[in-house]
Amino acid sequence: MSNQEQLLHDIGIVNFVLTELTLYLDTHPHDRNAMEYFNHYNRMRNQMEREFSQKYYPLSLRLVECGSEWSWGSAPLPWEGECV
Amino acid sequence: MWSYEKRLEFPVNIKEPNAMLAQAIISQYGGPDGEMGASMRYLSQRYAMPYREVAGVLTDIGTEELAHLEMVATIVHQLTRNLSMDEIENSGFANYYVDHTVGIWPQAASGFPFTAAQFQSTGDIITDLMEDMAAEQKARTTYDNILRLVKDPDVCEPIKFLRMREVVHFQRFGEALRIVQDRLNSKNFYAFNPGFDTNGGDLSDGCDCNCNN
Repeated sequence: MSNQEQLLHDIGIVNFVLTELTLYLDTHPHDRNAMEYFNHYNRMRNQMEREFSQKYYPLSLRLVECGSEWSWGSAPLPWEGECV
Repeated sequence: MWSYEKRLEFPVNIKEPNAMLAQAIISQYGGPDGEMGASMRYLSQRYAMPYREVAGVLTDIGTEELAHLEMVATIVHQLTRNLSMDEIENSGFANYYVDHTVGIWPQAASGFPFTAAQFQSTGDIITDLMEDMAAEQKARTTYDNILRLVKDPDVCEPIKFLRMREVVHFQRFGEALRIVQDRLNSKNFYAFNPGFDTNGGDLSDGCDCNCNN
């Protein structure tokens, strides 16, 4: 697995942890332990996504930094199957 | 994948309920030229699109349509908030009320339920982009019709915003179609499906081989 593939794979894991924590916290809004987990993984997600977007291509519009070309339009699409 | 933002694309703050208007505007939620069909149309069509930047147009407009869907639902919700039973009975809203109370359900103004039969995803990107341009015009017409019924500025302003977005999307789809056509094989004069056909998409001899007959 290349560094790029590994980083996107890890971003997927961290995001899934956050998806699960979000649903859990929606129904358990006072669980301090879960909120600590959430803050920890949320910081990790933001940092990893920024790193991926700077090195490879922007994962979301919020992470686009315009240089000489509009990278949002030319980046691989998730359904192409080779854009890991 | 998607993530949600807890805000509307354009603010909606309606103070006066109006059930009759709600029943007309719900067409832009689940009607034949509504935002639900628009979003599902563009997001479904993306997979047949061989050009990334045009698939990006379909993704980004399809995503904005979801924001419009939320705006239309908000308008209908605020127009039906705090309705009295008298208003429900006298405004023609009783038919909707009996099935949905004042919940939001995707239907046309006529009561016809939302259906995917109202849009296409043909797998032919030129055909699809032509439909997309027509869809934006049809939605613009519907918003024009709604605006003729609206007297309340609280309702008028968000509807005018949605109408303007139809005009902008029509323009962007026109440019997307031009980008696609600029890329066609020089033999493909009649714009056959560049995402599927070989031989420049020239099916005029009834076959898709390179036999030159």
